[in-house]
Formats: sequence, structure tokens, C-alpha cells
Amino acid sequence: MMEFSTWDILRNLLLATRWTIVLSLVSFLGGGIVGALLLFLRIGGNRISTAFTRYYVELFQGTPLLMQLFLAFFGLGLFGINVPAWLAAGIALVLWTAAFLAEIWRGCVEAVARGQWEASASLGMGYVQQMRYVILPQALKVAIPPTVGFSVQVVKGTALTSIIGFVELSKAGTVVTNATFQPFTVYGLVALIYFALCWPLSKSSQALERKLNAAHRNH
Amino acid sequence: MPLIEITDVRKRFGDNEVLKGIDLDVKPGEVIAIIGKSGSGKSTLLRCINGLEIIDGGSISVAGSQLLPDEVHLKALRLKVGMIFQQFNLFPHLTAGGNVILSQTVVKKTPKREAEAMARKMLERVGLAEKFDAYPDELSGGQQQRVAIARALAMEPIALLCDEVTSALDPELVAEVLAVVRELAAEGMTLLMVTHEMKFARDVCSRVVFMHQGRVHEIGPPEDVFAKPKTPELKQFLGVQ
Amino acid sequence: MTYTFSFTWLTEYYPVLLKGILVTIELIAVGGLFGVALGTACAWARALGPAWLKPLVSAYVELIRNTPFLIQLFFIFFGLPSLGLRLSELEAANLAMVVNLGAYSCEIVRAGIQATPRGQFEAGASLAMSPIQTFRYVVLVPALQRIWPALSSQVVIVMLGSAVVSQIAAEDLTFAANFIQSRSFRAFEAYFVTTAIYLALAILLRQALAAIGAMIFARRPAR
Repeated sequence: MMEFSTWDILRNLLLATRWTIVLSLVSFLGGGIVGALLLFLRIGGNRISTAFTRYYVELFQGTPLLMQLFLAFFGLGLFGINVPAWLAAGIALVLWTAAFLAEIWRGCVEAVARGQWEASASLGMGYVQQMRYVILPQALKVAIPPTVGFSVQVVKGTALTSIIGFVELSKAGTVVTNATFQPFTVYGLVALIYFALCWPLSKSSQALERKLNAAHRNH
Repeated sequence: MPLIEITDVRKRFGDNEVLKGIDLDVKPGEVIAIIGKSGSGKSTLLRCINGLEIIDGGSISVAGSQLLPDEVHLKALRLKVGMIFQQFNLFPHLTAGGNVILSQTVVKKTPKREAEAMARKMLERVGLAEKFDAYPDELSGGQQQRVAIARALAMEPIALLCDEVTSALDPELVAEVLAVVRELAAEGMTLLMVTHEMKFARDVCSRVVFMHQGRVHEIGPPEDVFAKPKTPELKQFLGVQ
Repeated sequence: MTYTFSFTWLTEYYPVLLKGILVTIELIAVGGLFGVALGTACAWARALGPAWLKPLVSAYVELIRNTPFLIQLFFIFFGLPSLGLRLSELEAANLAMVVNLGAYSCEIVRAGIQATPRGQFEAGASLAMSPIQTFRYVVLVPALQRIWPALSSQVVIVMLGSAVVSQIAAEDLTFAANFIQSRSFRAFEAYFVTTAIYLALAILLRQALAAIGAMIFARRPAR
């Protein structure tokens, strides 16, 4: 049997971490785009689009991400396509991220004082202009800290894609454990790598929030 | 022998020395009003006597026992001295009765039944017997403050500290609270109060302390302090020339 | 698309699903109860506790909040035996839930404690209560009431997250779905039904928590 040094283990894990990072980025960016679409359907659309987005959010926030991954994996398979794990993982994570971001951002838009809508309307602005020049710039500022904070959930969420067979950090952890029989070391290292990815995001979210609160107090 | 002995008490917040050596003795049954501009240190002095602020120098003793900033000594002190706050600070999740019962059962381990009887008695004393089951947010400010007084009295303190107890009240509610305080004074309770109610201080107090810039600037019976102020600062504060 | 959906397997496998549902409910009941208790203790430590305890609690909270639940689960189930702590699948799942929710609820409850007006602490102190008594009888209930909605959301999130305990073969609802799909080869339908059950559980749990909140924070006479 081969002997594995801690360095061997770490090297293998770090190589797999690339895919965790790529999947996180894709999910976050894709989720951001879809989330923005949902947001506009929710706040700018008619009754039907509002209802649609409400149910969309309820569905994705009310069911396990793991189930969404399974359904994407096996559901796409029903179309006769042999779905690679990365595709199912990407699609499920984008849709899941979109639901959460849309909801976070809706809160931010609604946090903009009612008077701002009224003031901009009284100046003769249309809906798009109000959004573009008055509401969004204010909402965006409030939205940054929780959005950065949610990116931590996305990174952690990618761990579940190991279960449908996508080889990223968690899957690599399982593979390396099976080869080395050192679960304590391996999963300890896996946890530390995730921590190294997530902690800076958490901290910057908190720092941004503090900055925002301080700015608000000075008004 | 004085009930409360305050000797050369000093207190600073950062660079700001708020109390610059306060000496004051309070005899049993005395009613003392502390007056002065905001920032003169009068509220801080009261808070020091209750151990809510830790003094940086000097000493405070109540009924012969020294105030030390550890849990045992603080508890002993606070069992002797009650405090009423400007903002009432009633516990919002408890009824008026619950507010008065809580510390009796938790601190003094009084049996529930006795604590309830005491709570009813004290609420009656402040004229709120019928509000036993009302929550703080169902009471007016004046009523809340009277519950706070009942809550402090239920611990059977030998002295009460009143920190601007009417300052947060609408003008029409001030009288009902002052009436309760006046009654306590008449019954012989030792009272030390920071107040802006000059007429009340003149009528009820045995002595008036005028604080200025962290010091006791003038002290004496109300007829002297109000009618014959000696220092220009007190004259200015009272608005007499 | 030539695939035809079939749910006939339900008649055969519904007891498996039922058992899975019960295990999932057990997991969130234990995790919720002990997790929130642990979180409350940690919140006290972080907001009001002794100085030496604060960094320890912070480290725990940060570590858990910044790593995936799946890895925490694997570490507890596969990793801890090398320290001599061998747990069954269900024990490991329960422990992981408690540890995970403990860290999240710590931060939520702490926010509730920190929103307590200073006067409440001072009123407790002036009535000769010790800091612990003031926390227990004066601060805690209004603080929990303040953050109950956020805490409820977190409990629901953790319940949904519990789906991964199937990965250490704890026999929860997802485990049941995996089992059914491997026998009936009706993967999509099995996961579809399971997803619907999770959604129903999430909605019910939210309502149950609202009801529990209404009960805990109900106004009652002091007698």
C-alpha cells in the first residue's frame, strides 16, 4: 500500500478546490443575473409575474438544495440527454442562488423610503427612470453586504454537488479518505480550505455592513 | 450616624472628570434634592451610590457597610438602596404585578404567595391596585413610573434614589408621580433625588444640594438655597439677580 | 420525450417514506431544541460572558458558519472515531445538527441581546439581581421574542440542510428517496415526491414555530 504524506493529501485537495471556486463563481454570477431578472419580474411586473416569482422563491427556499440537485440531475436525464454532473450542478446552483439573491435584493429595494418614489414621481420620472436614477443606486448600497454574505452560502452549497458526482473539494475529500484511511486529517483539511475560502467573504460582508451603518448614522 | 456617607468620591469617563471629590452625608429620614445643570454630575453621583458606575476614588458607605465593586457587596448594597430611573425601565414582558414580584422571588427567595401579597400592597400604595395584571405598554408614563416605585419599595429598601423621575413624563402626568414621592417622604423614607422640579424640592426636601462642574457648589435647607443663593452660579441657575 | 411518469411505486414504498419523514422530524426536533439552547448559551457567553470564554465561542461560531454542513457531518462521523468517539449514524447526524444550529442561533440570539436597552440591565442590577439573574429573568425572553422570526427561518434552513445526513446512511427522508429510486428505478418521481414532502414539512415547521413563539411569548397574569 502507498503511503500518503500530509502534503500529498493537501495537494490533491487544493487541486480539487479549483472546481469549487469555478462552480462558486459560475453559480454566483449566473444566480445574480437570473436573480436580477426575478427581481424585476417581482417588483416591476404585473400580478402574474409577481405571483410567479413568489412561488419560485418559496419553492427554492422551501426545499433542500440536495433535492434540487437530484431533480436537475435526473430530470434533465428524462429528456434523453446524458447529463454530466457539472451541468446539473451548475443549473441547480444558479437557480437556487437566484431565488435567494432575488429575495435579498427585494428587501433592499423595499428598504428605500417611500418618499423617494413619490419625490421622483413628482419630478415627472417614469418607472424605469425612477429605478435607474433614484431607487437602484440607493438599494445597491444597502444590498452589497448581504450579497457578499450570501456568497458564503454559495461556496458551502457547492459541497453538495459532490453527492451527484461532481468532483470538487468535498468529493476529493471522500476520494482521498478512501485512499488514505485518514478521515480526521483529510476532512479537517477540507474544512480548513472551505474556511479559508469563506471566512474572508464573511468578514468583508461584516465590515461592509459596519461601514454602511456608520455612514447611515452620520446622516 | 449618617445612613449614607459619601466621602471624596471621584469619577471620570476617559479624560472627562465628572465628579471631582464629592462629600455628602445623608441622615436617616432625610429628603435631599440634587439640582444643577445637565452635565454637572448629579445623575452620575446617584448612579455611583447604586453601584451602576464604579467610582475611581473616595468611598461610599450605606448603613455602615462599604460599597465595593464585587457581586456580593453590590448585592448587599442594592438590597438596602432602591433606584427609580428617568425612563422607568419596567420589564416589558411582565405585568405590573410580575414586575414587582420578580426580584422578590429571584433575589430574596420570598415565597410566591408572599411576594404576590407584597406586590398587591405596594401597587395599592402607589394607587395602582387595579393595574396588577396590566402590561407596561398598557399603562401611561405616570402609571409606569409608579409601578417602578412599587417595584423598588417591594424590596424594602432603607433609602431610595430617584433619578429625574418625572423628566420623561408629559406635564399632566408629573403630579401623580410627585404625589407618591411626597407621601414616601412624609412616611419617613430616606430619599435622594435628582430633580428639575424646584417647587417640589422647596416643599418637600430637608436639604438641597446644588452641583456645579462635578462639585457640591452649595448645600443647605431649601429656604436658604432658594431664597438666599450665595454663589453667582446658583443665582444664574435659579434665574435670580 | 417518450418518458411516462409513474407513481405506482408509492403504494409499495410509502412506509419507507413515512419512516424517513419521522427521522427527519426527529432530527429537527432534537437539533432545534438543543441547537437553540446551545446557541443561547453561546450568545450569553459572547455578549456578557467572561473574557476568556469569548474567543473560544467566537472560534466555534466562525468555524461552523464558514464550512459546509456536509463536511461537519463527515468530520463527526468519519473523523472523530480516530479520537475514540464512535457514534452511530443517527447520533452523528443529531450531533452535527445541534453543533450547526448552535453556531447560527448564537449569532441570531446575540443580536437580540445586544438590542436590549441598557436600562433593562440597570433596572435588574438596581433590584440586586446578579448579572446571570438579570440575563435569565429580564433580558432573555424579550431578546428571544425580538429575534424569533429570524431564528425560525434558520431552523427551517437547517431542517432542509439535514437532507445530507443520508450521506452517512442516517435513514432520513432523503435516504428513503435514495432507497426507493434504487429499487424502483423511478428516480425523478421519487425525488419529486420527496421534494414536495420537504416543502410541506418546511411550511408546517414554519407554522409550528410561529405557534410555539405565540405560546412562549403569550401574555399571562403573574400568578
